[in-house]
Amino acid sequence: MANPARYWREIPQRYRLEAARCTSCGEISYPPRLACRKCRSRKFESVVLADEGKILTYTITRVGPSQLADLTPYAVGVVELEGGVRIMAQIADCDFEELAIGQRVRLEFRKIQEDGQAGILCYGHKCVPV
Amino acid sequence: MRDVAILGVGINKKWGELWEMSLRDIFVEAALNAVDDAGVDHVDSMYVGCMSSGLFVGQEHLGCLMADYLGINPVPATRVESACASGGAAFRQGFIEVASGTSDIVLVGGVEKMTDVSGDEATYALSAASDMEYEAYHGITFPGLYALMARVHMERYGTTREQLAHVSVKNHKHGSFNPEAQYPFAISVEDVLGSVMVADPLRILDCSPITDGAAAVVLCPLEMARKISKQPLVKVLASAQASDSIALHSRSDLAWLEAVHRAGEKAYKMAGKTPKDIHLAEVHDCFSIAEILALEALSLVEKGKGGQAAESGMTALGGKVPVNTSGGLKSKGHPVGATGVAQVIEITRQLRGSAGERQVEGARTGLTQNMGGTGGSSVVHILEAV
Repeated sequence: MANPARYWREIPQRYRLEAARCTSCGEISYPPRLACRKCRSRKFESVVLADEGKILTYTITRVGPSQLADLTPYAVGVVELEGGVRIMAQIADCDFEELAIGQRVRLEFRKIQEDGQAGILCYGHKCVPV
Repeated sequence: MRDVAILGVGINKKWGELWEMSLRDIFVEAALNAVDDAGVDHVDSMYVGCMSSGLFVGQEHLGCLMADYLGINPVPATRVESACASGGAAFRQGFIEVASGTSDIVLVGGVEKMTDVSGDEATYALSAASDMEYEAYHGITFPGLYALMARVHMERYGTTREQLAHVSVKNHKHGSFNPEAQYPFAISVEDVLGSVMVADPLRILDCSPITDGAAAVVLCPLEMARKISKQPLVKVLASAQASDSIALHSRSDLAWLEAVHRAGEKAYKMAGKTPKDIHLAEVHDCFSIAEILALEALSLVEKGKGGQAAESGMTALGGKVPVNTSGGLKSKGHPVGATGVAQVIEITRQLRGSAGERQVEGARTGLTQNMGGTGGSSVVHILEAV
């Protein structure tokens, strides 16, 4: 089991979707970084990501990691949120056959996994079709 | 910079599930074969490419361990890790060390012992090549990541499910001529399309296997090789490497490998060659879609036409540019840290004219492309018979 710090230090970005906007070039980093990947500036302001977007691509994971065995098979995709930031997220509460590129989705706060049998419950966001 | 030659190559008798051999035995067998092939009585320095011996067998510090078991202490020995590009990156370090004049005879090996853990643990170790906090955390696996790229390629360019299958079929056909391969037998398009789904649209026969294996080469200055080599000479014309974001979702184009493209452009420039000059290539077909993306990024086929290249036979033995004559990662096997070095071995054998049943007639210039993760690390080498 990992030290709980590994999970709580990610809370601002994972739970609250906090990102960092570069005050020089406007590039939004998610998760936040110490140096902008576009202009290398080190000055940022905190912004919160939009909670709606569209699916850019997706797959159905049929053979998944052991901590997600109860969930398998499940859909995962790259989602472009309004504002342009892209994230990896599971696509929950969907019919696999009806998934499509371009489909609108909304982010919802969900349990993502557990760190071992008696370990920490790990939360984050999944997306669901709008 | 000095010109650099490949003096010797060595690989295990067979790759696969090597239950009776340990991590160190696997490496040392390949390394001794390379040293014998080179005909040298010493080496000045060594690099070991390995992705994850820590997670696969609980052993780190491979430079020291392998130098010890080769009986070559106290030569400097360093492990190089760049996920599945570890072997290619290690070879590049060896090239730079010889080219710079720092050392004359350098041994470069790659190794992975992947079958001492369960399939689940192996999958976890491999997933560590992705962004653990923002990709793997959400349940995406490596087949899944490449499936995400495949879907975009299919949607945008009309690449078909059958064309993906043709990549695996071709590489298994090539591998059937390679006795060292883990799976040296042919398969059909129907076999691929009927195999179990792993991550839609990729099936198990789109995926490279879990493999134990090692590969090693001996490098030296070309001038020295001219005097002592017992083999036809092969020169390293170019060595190039590039990086990209670790997370697939952070890239502007999800069906394009920018780091492979950049490493390729640098390598062509360094070699004074263009894609048209390449007679054959070994590329990183960890999944069927990966070969398609790599060939497009290297400009060996037109953007969007990688699927057609496999289907038409352009990239098969006898085609315009044979790709993965060794069987590729799919048929030969993919012991991740060894793969980049084994690619160099296949091209060297082809340029020496010693590739047996899979020999490409008249091959003079060959390319290797090795990548880590979803292409976040990419290494390209160009070799030429001299």
